Amino acid sequence: MSSAKATGTPLVALTDAEKHFGAVRALDGVSLSIFPGECIGLVGHNGAGKSTLVNLVNGGLTPSAGEVNFPATGAPRALEAGVRSVFQELSLCPNLTVAENLRISHADLTGFGWRTRARAEILKSLDTVFPDHGIDPNITVDRLTIAERQMVEIAIGFAPRGTQARLVILDEPTSSLDAAIAEQLLAHIRQFCAGGGAVLFISHMMGEIFDVASTIVVMKDGKIVASRPTAEFTRASLVEAMGHVAGPEAEKAATSRPAFGADILNSKTGLTASEGEVVGLAGLAGHGQAEALAQLYFEHTSSWRAGKGSNMVFVAGDRGRDGILPLWSILRNATVSILPQIARRGIVDRAAETRIAAEWKARIGIRTADVTNNILSLSGGNQQKVLFARALASKAPVVVMDDPMRGVDVGTKQDVYAMIRSEAAKGRTFLWYSTETDEVCQCDRVFVFRDEAISAELTGADITEDRILEASFEMQGVDA
Amino acid sequence: MTRLFARHRILLPILSLAVLLAATFYMQPRAMSYFGVNLLFNLAVPIALATVAQMMIIMVNDIDLSLGAFVSLVACVTATFLHDTPVLGVLILAGLIAAYAGLGVLIHRFELPAIVVTLGMSFVWGGLALSILPSPGGTAPPWIRSLMTVKPPLVPMAVVAAVLIAAVTHFLIIRTGIGTVLRGVGGNAASVARAGWPVLRLKALAYALAGLFGVLAGMALVGLTTSADANIALRYTLLSIAGVILGGGEFIGGKVSPVGAVIGALTLALAASFLSFLRLSPDWQIGAQGAILILVLTARLIFTRRDEQEG
Amino acid sequence: MLSTVISRPWIWSWVAAAAAFVMVMALTQGRGAGELAYAALSFGAFAAIVGLGQMLVITLGPGNVDLSIPAVMTLAGTLSLKVMGSDPNTAALGLLIAVAAGVGAGLANFALIYLLRLPPIIATLSASLVFQSIAIWSNRGLRIKPPAGLADFATGRTAGVPNVALVGIALSVIVWLVLERATFGRWLLASGQNLRAARLAGIPVELVRATTYVTVAVFASIAGYLLASFSGGAALNMGQEYLLTSIAVVVIGGTSIAGGFSNVPGVWGASLFMFLVVSMLNSYGLGAGVRMMLTGLIIIGIVVAASTRRIRT
Repeated sequence: MSSAKATGTPLVALTDAEKHFGAVRALDGVSLSIFPGECIGLVGHNGAGKSTLVNLVNGGLTPSAGEVNFPATGAPRALEAGVRSVFQELSLCPNLTVAENLRISHADLTGFGWRTRARAEILKSLDTVFPDHGIDPNITVDRLTIAERQMVEIAIGFAPRGTQARLVILDEPTSSLDAAIAEQLLAHIRQFCAGGGAVLFISHMMGEIFDVASTIVVMKDGKIVASRPTAEFTRASLVEAMGHVAGPEAEKAATSRPAFGADILNSKTGLTASEGEVVGLAGLAGHGQAEALAQLYFEHTSSWRAGKGSNMVFVAGDRGRDGILPLWSILRNATVSILPQIARRGIVDRAAETRIAAEWKARIGIRTADVTNNILSLSGGNQQKVLFARALASKAPVVVMDDPMRGVDVGTKQDVYAMIRSEAAKGRTFLWYSTETDEVCQCDRVFVFRDEAISAELTGADITEDRILEASFEMQGVDA
Repeated sequence: MTRLFARHRILLPILSLAVLLAATFYMQPRAMSYFGVNLLFNLAVPIALATVAQMMIIMVNDIDLSLGAFVSLVACVTATFLHDTPVLGVLILAGLIAAYAGLGVLIHRFELPAIVVTLGMSFVWGGLALSILPSPGGTAPPWIRSLMTVKPPLVPMAVVAAVLIAAVTHFLIIRTGIGTVLRGVGGNAASVARAGWPVLRLKALAYALAGLFGVLAGMALVGLTTSADANIALRYTLLSIAGVILGGGEFIGGKVSPVGAVIGALTLALAASFLSFLRLSPDWQIGAQGAILILVLTARLIFTRRDEQEG
Repeated sequence: MLSTVISRPWIWSWVAAAAAFVMVMALTQGRGAGELAYAALSFGAFAAIVGLGQMLVITLGPGNVDLSIPAVMTLAGTLSLKVMGSDPNTAALGLLIAVAAGVGAGLANFALIYLLRLPPIIATLSASLVFQSIAIWSNRGLRIKPPAGLADFATGRTAGVPNVALVGIALSVIVWLVLERATFGRWLLASGQNLRAARLAGIPVELVRATTYVTVAVFASIAGYLLASFSGGAALNMGQEYLLTSIAVVVIGGTSIAGGFSNVPGVWGASLFMFLVVSMLNSYGLGAGVRMMLTGLIIIGIVVAASTRRIRT
């Protein structure tokens, strides 16, 4: 275990910590100590429990069972113990300036001339972490780019803020930074840890983890399944520890590129698709894939007219924001897109509606006793199935999917893969953005996005994890 | 050019006011004097204070539909209790500010829609005002009367007051630390809470500030009109909302500008005078105010949209 | 059975209305029950008609509200009475003018919201000033009497029920049918829950929004037309009290202010309640000030009660 190597009293110690959300055990008995000078790389698939663990450490959640202590400082709460979090979702106040945002997390910054001191502090921190950042501390945050906001947030995380940052939690900090800036951050993490600080580093970029972490902690299904010094891992052994879902690549080679129908789509951004084709959108998260899909959908559908059948349907991945209608039953959620098709003179045919909902409940396997139950009574994976049913029940020839497998269990995924294949065989076209490379590798054609533009188009045997990664990263850092 | 306007949101309200002022002076050159300017902006002082009050609420992403009734109630209290029994009057006004803080707590604690709660409160304030002054009457306390009619050298009272209000609220909301945190509540309440701030108390503070400025608005109004009635300031609800928006504020996201709000209030007050100089038929005076409002907001939209496109 | 009734959000406004009714009756020892019910139905009908429109707008989700209802009522009332000019047999023409005024006002409101991207509060507020001016200009202080036949209809009754209440009930049934059975109703409810999700589900959300803003204006104009006929002529302040009332009856009636959930019976219960509570406070001899205060406190009390129920479950 990592504790063998580390010295001193742990900054934070979790003992048999559990966290339940209803019936879901998001964290299932985790013990972990973080010592000064350590950089822990936390890895695991989506839904492995990483965010829950982080939220227990930073005090965002209280454990359902077990304990969270801060032995080094003896502080009762994470905030006083010098635990800082930089979140994946941006948590700055967009209406305030950079310096004012520091003020929010630094309550002691009071009295005459606090602005000057705030400016000095944030500038110093920015200069330390990101030399040559070029960010004006007097500018309001909503005028910064996403990358600049991320940099400010990281700088606030490392800023002294009256006390001293002891443990900084970085949740996917490099997701919107380019390679050169990310490298600056990694260098700073090494320096920070050498100076006695600790970092909990979450990233899906393996290279970064191997680069910076002293210890790697692997999570799966709410448990820690491996925790060893980085040197004892290889890429292969790490991937194995996480429980890689392998296989489809071999299957892929067998089904060589079949002949597709006519081109059905040709967007301004350069996306093309043929009838019956499954087109993947790949690249690092946040490089414009979701926006490209949403824009494509908005261009091909109207806010003013709804015909008997639209030519495109959308499957949301961010269910809360883009998909679920939370006040409604499963049935109404499933049929909302096909109402014009089953209505007579504007009145919904409720018998037909019930029939279609029952049919899809059976076909896609929605686990519920009654489709008139509220949609939120379903688990996340089943909610996602309802959104698939909503789209597939329509007659639209093009189905747009915006990373729809987030938080979906493996079983459901396999069901849906099979359904997509069979629908494609019937001539439907799928546009599929996914953050998981093995999903993209199942597509017939793949567009790789980088910096809001297509950086590569791959077909057939060219669709491999390596080629996709290459196109996601290529040239990055060269011009910097 | 459009960049300039987008970065310095205050420029557009200033420009709107300047254009309207120039047009007024062109129509009525005699207004270009100490007394003329005082006349044009006299009634703007209570409107500006009410607009600042509304801004405090909009700053934390709520809206106050009871402000007009509240200012009317304050006017009634000022013209009666504060005149007859000053100590009791001060206590009542302090109680009203506390009630506003309580309103903030209620809305935040139960996650109530502010629009509905303040709507209900408008009945309560209106009922109280009607109980105090069933028919127009009362007398302004002499000291308020003399304060509102003081004639400082060179610059008229109304202008001095407007500058003073803008300076004080700018300092309070933009420059001080607590003002920054209050704006942060509007911008991203979750992150403010995560940094360890008691959001409930911050909301109460924002509402209390609104109550304070509402009280000042009512007192200033009575100083000008010398007497009060229960419906004296009902139109302030809508005027104050329009003033905040004209001044570059936004309904959500904590984007407010105290200086802009005061300028917005001046613009609205001036618009009324301008329209009367225009010898516009009285039928169309109200409609023209609406048109001016739409015009200014359209101008703002054009600038912000251009800025978005230029990136 | 009882629990399903209690769980209906509309039940509370009806319970409150019944309680207010009983309170008045307790004072008069049951005398005048018929008259009170009749008056409540007559006056409640106007609140219910504008409330139904406001309900549809509020259902569109946070930030959606129509503040131009009073101005549209006045505009429709004055324009229709002017066109009819007290001539008999012009009632249909007057109604046509009123509805046309409503459609125009609704389109103007939505144009400001959609084209200028103004928040609905500011858009409808600015537009209402213009509507008000048009009403003033067209009226010029004249008080034109409604045609005798129309006035008789507006103040008359059929089978013991006030005609205005019958009109209100008919409109309620239409709204209820649309919300419960029609595609458009589904679209509206979906848009109110999550506009972006609704758009991504293929719903023509701008069409829904435009139609809703036109509908609320048409309902306001029908109410204005009836109210002007009911009270013997249009007055410039005739819509004034309906601004707050229209929002209050929606909220008390159990419609979600967060959008996506409408409640037609609740609007009626709340409209009757709003009238009855004033009658109750009146009959207990309370002054106008106390009456208003209690009305406000009751509104807030109901909202707080509804929210604690929501938080508990």
